[in-house]
Amino acid sequence: MNPRVSRSGPLPDGTADVAVIGGGVVGAAVARELAGRESDGRPLSVVLVEARADVGDGTSKASTAILHTGFDATPGTLESRLVRRGYELLGEYAGRAGVPVERTGAVLVAWTAEELAALPGLAAKAAKNGYLECETLGAEEVYRLVPALGPGVLGGLTVPGEAIICPWTTTLAFSLDALARGAHVVLNARVKGVEHDAGEETLLLTSRGTLRARWVVNAAGLGSGAIDRLFGHERFTVTPRRGELLVFDKMARPLADRIVLPVPSSRGKGVLISPTIYGNVMLGPTAEDLRDHADTSTSEAGFAFLVDKGLALMPALLQEEVTASYAGLRAATEHGDYQVHLDAARRYLVLGGIRSTGLTSSMALAEHAAGLLAETGLVTSVRDDLPDPPRMPNIGEAFPRPYACDDLIGEDPAYGTVVCFCERVTAGEIRDALASPLPPADLDGLRRRTRAMMGRCQGFFCGAEIGERLAPLEEPR
Amino acid sequence: MNVTTPDVAVVGGGPSGLTAAAGLAAAGLRVLVLDREREAGGVPRHSDHTGYGLRDLRTLMTGPAYARLLANRALEAGALVRTSAMVTGWAGERLLDVTTPEGRLRVDAGAVVLATGARERPRTARMVPGDRPPGVLTTGQLQNVVHLHHGRVGTRAVIVGAEPVSWSAVLTLREAGCRTVLMTTEHARPESYAAFSVPGRAALRVPVATATRVVRISGRDAVESVEVEDLRTGERRTVPCDTVVFTGGWIPDHELARAAGLAMDPGSRGPVVDNTLATSRPGVFAIGNLVHPVDTADVAALDGRHVVRHVQAYLAAGSPAASRTVDRSAARDFPYTARPSGSGTSPGTGTGGAHGDDESGNAGGRETGGTFADAIPLRAEAPFRWVFPGLVRPGAGAPPRRRILLWATEHRPIARVVVTQDGREIARRTLPWPVSPGRVFRVPSSLLSAADPRGGAITISLA
Repeated sequence: MNPRVSRSGPLPDGTADVAVIGGGVVGAAVARELAGRESDGRPLSVVLVEARADVGDGTSKASTAILHTGFDATPGTLESRLVRRGYELLGEYAGRAGVPVERTGAVLVAWTAEELAALPGLAAKAAKNGYLECETLGAEEVYRLVPALGPGVLGGLTVPGEAIICPWTTTLAFSLDALARGAHVVLNARVKGVEHDAGEETLLLTSRGTLRARWVVNAAGLGSGAIDRLFGHERFTVTPRRGELLVFDKMARPLADRIVLPVPSSRGKGVLISPTIYGNVMLGPTAEDLRDHADTSTSEAGFAFLVDKGLALMPALLQEEVTASYAGLRAATEHGDYQVHLDAARRYLVLGGIRSTGLTSSMALAEHAAGLLAETGLVTSVRDDLPDPPRMPNIGEAFPRPYACDDLIGEDPAYGTVVCFCERVTAGEIRDALASPLPPADLDGLRRRTRAMMGRCQGFFCGAEIGERLAPLEEPR
Repeated sequence: MNVTTPDVAVVGGGPSGLTAAAGLAAAGLRVLVLDREREAGGVPRHSDHTGYGLRDLRTLMTGPAYARLLANRALEAGALVRTSAMVTGWAGERLLDVTTPEGRLRVDAGAVVLATGARERPRTARMVPGDRPPGVLTTGQLQNVVHLHHGRVGTRAVIVGAEPVSWSAVLTLREAGCRTVLMTTEHARPESYAAFSVPGRAALRVPVATATRVVRISGRDAVESVEVEDLRTGERRTVPCDTVVFTGGWIPDHELARAAGLAMDPGSRGPVVDNTLATSRPGVFAIGNLVHPVDTADVAALDGRHVVRHVQAYLAAGSPAASRTVDRSAARDFPYTARPSGSGTSPGTGTGGAHGDDESGNAGGRETGGTFADAIPLRAEAPFRWVFPGLVRPGAGAPPRRRILLWATEHRPIARVVVTQDGREIARRTLPWPVSPGRVFRVPSSLLSAADPRGGAITISLA
């Protein structure tokens, strides 16, 4: 573990230039960006503060994992601009850092006359968002693209630029990059209070003690509204919107090799079918507003709804085994756009209400945040001594993984020792994850780094073996 | 990549694979067993109780002892058993890609025997909603944790299922110091052998809730409770516990079979095989609980014994010095008249030699009675979900143990079995054992002996 990562023990001494609250994809991107800037010739000192034991363990881990073109954003919004910019930035960064991306493309499918009639408007809206690649299709062409669709397709609209990406590797890459640039990552530290002293410092009262920072960036996702209130604002309320998803066995992947999107209509937003970067197929999400900001449980009603939808959309999909079901909580607010506000007097910036598009827009949000802080004089320039991005272990199904690499196995037999059979995770990959600068805190964290135990057997064969390899994590640190 | 060219590659070193390997090696063939675990032996390795070996070895022993014995027999017979060797896919008809710690390996086999077994469907596949804390597992994982890794589990368990394996889970939990506070089954009565569940309930003091399903798991960081529903009344109640074990609910580990594009049985979800245990791809056989999920280990092992002569016959057919090795005596109680070879399929179609390029020797050398493609479909009606074998190949001998295996979804105290073909009843018999869900129902294959080898599908049902 990198010495600047901590899950317990004393907090970093001194006063950071910036504390970023929230180790999700947005907070990690912001920490990475700011750690790459300097103020008056001196690198900014950045601390990323996360309430949970790992980065990317909240909303970021349970997204639909799509790299969006932004074709359907509301034109003119900050979200529209940042999604478009973020699509380019993240697409490019993913290539350099080894974050798996598959350029699958998407097709919106119309099942009713109302949905069919909405397609030209959606194409026009995409154009307003600067996306010009959409094409309308007849029903036969839609079936040609996705033969497994159920009966009743009336037409469709292609969005060739939509892609799938690994949200877990993305957040980890940003965090590792931030670390390499000198940032601290403080985990298990929930921010419970904020104090301003007379000088230029803000005190963050966390569950692990007090952190000092000159500036605070609030990227707390579901908690962003509560943190915003700690700074004295009443600007928005986050209502967790639960989205339940079903993930189907890899055997289903040939059924859906591109993203099948619903057409928004008076019946609601509908659910999508998407290939996942791990080689599965995903069906969902539901949309249900909750009060509890931590209730990621799944529900009978949610499952029943998804099964019903799935049977109509793609009957063959429901013949396959469900290998995972999960629920993500999206940070919905009463506003139609991201809540980005700078409070120069309190040296505070909020990036709130970042909805499911936040994965795509993360790097653009970080760039935008740096720009806003530049106006205040905090950030002056980009450092010219930046390390290369980390090279992330590939967990994407479409790209080579150690079990299939002769030269890797030749150098190290651990890469030829398959431990998790369903997902073909090797002992070498598990060892590397445990020894990484930002190691997992638990099985779920290992899963996000290696895919271990996320397959169809769910541990029938390998659960005990992997549990034993994780045992060191149970020891007190 | 290293290439190896055994006569037979056996994928999976459990009871069926090891038994097949021992038999094939004893017959003088070069046999390579590929097992992805660190030790061969399969599921019995971690089933630390007695009850193994009855039908195949005529003795009783514990699972681990049985696993060791079968592995040793395969080795003694001359089979090469490679562990930590995972088959990751197919590079050709009988060409396998394998990952091992010593590097990747390509296995160019004359014949392939798939013996990949079955696993229990986990919570996700059963779509049980709620929180997702640790402490929710299958029997397989539980036994691995307790018997092979000596790990800990909780103190209060709810077991989903009441099959034989569920009682095995109770014993394992007890050994680990965990009490089973409730066992649930959606059936109106426990699926397990009556002989086991009654004294089981008494001796182990496990309450069994019949007609009950688990509808939710609660607890964010650890299991706190499950919610169960009485299917008769719709009434729901909460059962506090810290461990949930999903048992039974078998599904074959069929990834390789599907990756090969083999014809699959929608009921068992394993590859379709005929009475010779041949799959739809020439030279690829499938045995054990991959094709009947699941019967006991000894029955799986006997598939391994059964497949030997059919693999031999297949390999012999591909060589110029082919001699027919089919044991015709075994065909007495099965439809055995050869189907006329001119009926729609040309000779040699779909058979293939031991090496696909050798077409010439096929037609003459293959087993009498045609091919997989022109075998008679065997079907089962409700309450059966699948029947094994799914195809009857006239003239190719009886299925393993001269038994047809079926899997029922409901209990029937009296089993009046009716066999029909093309609307004609060809057999009817009341069997002296009941039909029970959660375990295999066995029917003597002699009930099929009156079938017309030129006729259509044969159907097994209950009167």
